[in-house]
Amino acid sequence: MKHELFEKNVIILSIAVLITVAIGGLVQLVPLFTMEQTIERVEGVRPYSPLELAGRNIYVREGCYLCHSQMIRTFRDEDERYGHYSLAAESMYDHPFQWGSKRTGPDLARVGGKYSNDWHTLHMIDPRAVVPESIMPPYAHLADTELKFNDIDQHIEALRTVGVPYTDEDLAQANSDVLVQATGEGDTDALLERYGKAVIGDFDGDPARITELDAVIAYLQMLGTLVDFSQYRADPSFR
Amino acid sequence: MLFRSYDDEVVRKFVIATMFWGVAGFLVGTYIAFQLAYPILNLDLEWTTFGRLRPVHTSAVIFAFGGNALLGTSFYVVQRTCRAPLFGGAALGNFIFWGYQAVIVLAAIGYILGITQSKEYAEPEWYVDLLLTIVWVAYLVCFVGTIMRRQEPHIYVANWFYLAFIITVAMLHIVNNLAVPVSFFGTKSYVIWAGVQDAMTQWWYGHNAVGFFLTAGFLGMMYYFIPKQAERPVYSYRLSIVHFWTLIFIYIWAGPHHLHYTALPDWAQTLGMVFSIVLWMPSWGGMINGVMTLSGAWDKLRTDPILRFLVVSVAFYGMSTFEGPMMSIKAVNSLSHYTDWTIGHVHSGALGWVAMISFGAVYFLVPRLWNRERLYSLRLVTYHFWISTIGIVLYITAMWISGIMQGLMWRAYDSLGFLQYSFIETVEAMHPYYVIRAIGGLFFLVGALIMVYNLVRTARGDIRTEAVFKRPRAAVAPGAAE
Repeated sequence: MKHELFEKNVIILSIAVLITVAIGGLVQLVPLFTMEQTIERVEGVRPYSPLELAGRNIYVREGCYLCHSQMIRTFRDEDERYGHYSLAAESMYDHPFQWGSKRTGPDLARVGGKYSNDWHTLHMIDPRAVVPESIMPPYAHLADTELKFNDIDQHIEALRTVGVPYTDEDLAQANSDVLVQATGEGDTDALLERYGKAVIGDFDGDPARITELDAVIAYLQMLGTLVDFSQYRADPSFR
Repeated sequence: MLFRSYDDEVVRKFVIATMFWGVAGFLVGTYIAFQLAYPILNLDLEWTTFGRLRPVHTSAVIFAFGGNALLGTSFYVVQRTCRAPLFGGAALGNFIFWGYQAVIVLAAIGYILGITQSKEYAEPEWYVDLLLTIVWVAYLVCFVGTIMRRQEPHIYVANWFYLAFIITVAMLHIVNNLAVPVSFFGTKSYVIWAGVQDAMTQWWYGHNAVGFFLTAGFLGMMYYFIPKQAERPVYSYRLSIVHFWTLIFIYIWAGPHHLHYTALPDWAQTLGMVFSIVLWMPSWGGMINGVMTLSGAWDKLRTDPILRFLVVSVAFYGMSTFEGPMMSIKAVNSLSHYTDWTIGHVHSGALGWVAMISFGAVYFLVPRLWNRERLYSLRLVTYHFWISTIGIVLYITAMWISGIMQGLMWRAYDSLGFLQYSFIETVEAMHPYYVIRAIGGLFFLVGALIMVYNLVRTARGDIRTEAVFKRPRAAVAPGAAE
């Protein structure tokens, strides 16, 4: 075939380019949606509670993912430093994913439960107060800003649209779920029923109000805690 | 047959925007580089933290500086190589120009206020994405329309690359950014992809933002400005065909190398690695075609600092397209991933290749667009060349050392079988290299400011009386202009 065909007709050239560049993406993307082996079937993974979701949105807003990964690779040193390697299932409700690409700070995929709420509060307000060599920016403004969550049900609604399995009850209770989780007052059993292992209580040492820092710490404290790895066995037929 | 003259007013605007955003992007980059060395520079304000400013830097240099350079040069090149004025004329050209600047400004304001969808190099939220889609379709129409009214029988090779860049970026942008807004009047949206599929979609996008925005488009630039400045034809027509089709076919597959040893299925990682290594060949095909265009005109490198910018940029392109495939090998990637090595790699491409070829093209364009006899000062171009080259070398060597060192420290075990270093010890060890890197960035910024000064004086019509640099007698070509 003469290359002249493409050099003399811009429409043919454009179509040929589009076909050429479409192939690789189709081969790599489509099977990820159709192959069952892509995401492991594990117990415990659930959508984020409304408070955790609000915290996650602040995590996104502040660009935390630019310095902290949430993806533990399959190496011995990473297993010892951070914990069990990350499963695809653990981020299956993440819109968008927060795996990150750079570790200017440590991986956070399993940071949940590793530090106390008090430590997180001090660290977020002034990182160098607890880790003198740290180069993390201070996030004191989170502790001073009250969490805006009157539209949290709209967020749950949008996430339902993109496929996160929030129930009607989750949607109806979204607002009060924030209050229950951030204060520990109200029907905590019902909250835990729907959002297993959610960490409940005041997080930032200021029980008088619900701040953005409360939400961020609630999010950090659940990261990587949902799957019980004492029970988990990788299925060798997968992947 | 003569037609109305070329639409160069819009090209002039793009050139000004290129330099404006270039300086802004380098400035923010240098500032956040110093933040990593001296965290007090985060200023304890929410708007000036590293997390908010980093996307300002990346978007400013990739999409604002690089994007304006690509749009401007593509409009200049497509008109000349087709011998046709811009389709849609000044009106469409101005719509694309101002629409694109609006995208940049809206995106940047959003980042500072914390409006981001957190997908790297695709951070703008849905409303900016929509605006960009409209502008991009207008750009495609303008570019293809101009080619359709060409007076030349063949479409010149530079235009194939510009076209592939425009089409592919449209495809990537739309698929990666599909999202559901929380409300019509709000800024927040949720991308429709989740978890592992989102990761694959993002790096399919992200790596091909490199492959098509920062490579194919700039290869289009290379195919016009190097032959023009060297006054030589392109080295090999056949090579340009082969490397064009192989480059655009293979690049698309390389995304998974950003996800080695993650929860992405192994088959996808392996595919990504294999294609990334194969990609070395078409990449070097382009490098060879660019560099060998100087056959018979190598002496011009000694006397022509603009050509030096263009050719050295292709050399950096060759270097980073060797380094990239190497880093995509899983064993190497296990060390380099998550470290500064990646940052250094990106900057050898972005500063060495993208920025330097853009500088060369802009130095070529400004005297022609403003109808001046020549640049105000070639000596300043030479200073710019050396200052920015030293800056790049400082930058990438510092990042090689800190990246490899941190990667090794993370996996080091002591004699008792425990991890030898805590994470914070590895952070502490990075400090001197972060300082060197920031100084490298400062050099690069100073070089760009020298360029701006030179261009402003050129546009005003000034010519500096300056002695020509001394050069070996053998190198003086008869009638060499300087």
